[in-house]
Amino acid sequence: MLSDEERRAIETEMSRYEHKRAASVDALKIIQRHRGWVDDAALRDAAELLGGSPAELDGVATFYNLIFRHPVGRHVILLCDSISCWICGYEPVHRELRERLGIAMGQTTPDGRFTLLPTACLGACDGAPVLLIDDDLHRNLTPGCLDTILANYD
Amino acid sequence: MAETPLTQNIQPDREPLALRDYQRAGGYQALRKALQEMDPQRIIAVVKDSKLRGRGGAGFPTGTKWSFVPQGEDAPQRKYLVANADEMEPGTFKDRLLMEGDPHQFVEALIISAYAIGAQTVYIFLRDEYRLAARHLERAIHEARAADLLGRDILGSGFAVDLHIHTSAGRYICGEETALLNALEGRRAIPRAKPPYPQQAGLWGWPTVVNNVETLCNVPHIVNRGAEWYRKLSRTEDGGTKLFGVSGHVNRPGCWELPMGTSMRELLEEHAGGMQAGYRFRGVLPGGGSTPFLVAEHLDLPLDFDHLAQAGSRLGTGTMVVLDDRTSLLGFLGNLEHFYAQESCGWCTPCRDGLPWVERVLAALARGEGQPGDIEMLHRHTRFLGPGKTFCAHAPGAMGPLESALKYFPEDFEAGIRQPVRTTLEAG
Ligand SMILES: Cc1cc2nc3c(=O)[nH]c(=O)nc-3n(C[C@H](O)[C@H](O)[C@H](O)COP(=O)(O)O)c2cc1C
Ligand code: SF4
Ligand code: FES
Repeated sequence: MLSDEERRAIETEMSRYEHKRAASVDALKIIQRHRGWVDDAALRDAAELLGGSPAELDGVATFYNLIFRHPVGRHVILLCDSISCWICGYEPVHRELRERLGIAMGQTTPDGRFTLLPTACLGACDGAPVLLIDDDLHRNLTPGCLDTILANYD
Repeated sequence: MAETPLTQNIQPDREPLALRDYQRAGGYQALRKALQEMDPQRIIAVVKDSKLRGRGGAGFPTGTKWSFVPQGEDAPQRKYLVANADEMEPGTFKDRLLMEGDPHQFVEALIISAYAIGAQTVYIFLRDEYRLAARHLERAIHEARAADLLGRDILGSGFAVDLHIHTSAGRYICGEETALLNALEGRRAIPRAKPPYPQQAGLWGWPTVVNNVETLCNVPHIVNRGAEWYRKLSRTEDGGTKLFGVSGHVNRPGCWELPMGTSMRELLEEHAGGMQAGYRFRGVLPGGGSTPFLVAEHLDLPLDFDHLAQAGSRLGTGTMVVLDDRTSLLGFLGNLEHFYAQESCGWCTPCRDGLPWVERVLAALARGEGQPGDIEMLHRHTRFLGPGKTFCAHAPGAMGPLESALKYFPEDFEAGIRQPVRTTLEAG
């Protein structure tokens, strides 16, 4: 079930396009902002609101790497694995992150604190290697600086 | 000092100019001039005359693109302008700077450009990860609306335009202009067949212009100062300045606004500070992850669309990735092709099946476990996935670095082929 708040937010987005279906990605992101991920019941309700089928909306949802159809941790770490970051030290940073968190790419820590995901170029290649946690971009990473960064997120 | 119109208001680590300061620095003068003194046709003519070419990768002349939008009584009444702010080409970091650093410049550019093509609605198609850019743009849009620079009756001229930010949710292919239109309509973001081109039938079938952020940011300056001034900013035939970037093992990775036609040597040595100690230059992707390698012999080429095309590469986004002698070429290519394989939309077979194959072969070669015939196989893929063989330019883009690497660095590939273990039978 969509909450009233989610429903209202989706309806506002729908008004910004010529056809309401265009608000599909906006709707998925609104749900995700409220729940952390997009569950089946919310997806079904949103599809109805947008005037399409759940299967169609799921087809859109699963196309995007930043729409989560599974629960994720409280903080999502997006580690850039594209070319400039790879050249400038992605691998040692990745190794250290995996060890610190005790998880592999795509997994969530058992305490639900972090999910670790790979991402394509974050458009900050002059600060490579970089990662994004929630809204914060962290640049010029070294394995040694990860502790301090992670400590900011409980 | 050379002029830097696009970045003149941008200072790193400082909040961008708010509306009042932006106007004090001359901002929204171009919008006033456009609305009060120029009809749309005149603006299109000036942009054409300025020799501004698209900064999104393909370098298409902007004024010409605009002139394809049907105008007049019989033309479709609704039109759209879409700013491509998806910036996901590996190694590219320039549009971020413009949106975070001077959001009002971009907003002004959008209003003038919408006026020029007759669009009533503008969408900024922004990648989700650009959270700071989103915040800065939202504030600028809000300020512009409150000051009647945006909305129903702009500066009392009767011209009306609405501006929306659409934040996306990942996937490189969304930056391809027809996939972007599908994404905006809330469909799976697979490319559309061309023709019809978006200028004829784009968003919901209406004429639509898709332009890159940097391309658009040039427009207010061209309107203000004229086509001739703009052409003269450049050292070559293509007009204007360009945001050039350098990443990799150089001393000062960064992004600078320089005259179009600046040489690669000047960019690498003076601005990026040369290679870091212990690293030697081997080659460069001059304009992002889908542009073919250039090597030392090309260092004195002026960086513009035609010179790089003649040298077998492309200016692309103008942000270069440097390959050094301590980075494995096969690893470098493997990283790129992994990206392209993962980001393929899966619509057409050569791209969907060919890219993972290329990725696997490169990985085997990097481990020294390549098979005889692998190099020929890679050559074959550069043809089967080349221009004209796939539904969109994603796969040809993926083949650019590979094909040029096979040409300039064949020894790296040969070294990856496993040496046959001779059995006693053969030996005897
Ligand atoms: C796979 C692919 C991804 C693209 N991504 C972008 C992008 O992120 N930003 C962009 O401006 N252009 C991108 N382009 C180019 C656009 O299709 C289009 O040519 C461009 O936005 C037009 O703007 P311009 O004429 O101002 O350069 C991409 C093209 C392809 C084939
Ligand atoms: S070339 Fe690749 S990305 Fe483009 S339409 Fe075909 S499968 Fe999709
Ligand atoms: S390659 Fe990592 S930010 Fe560009």
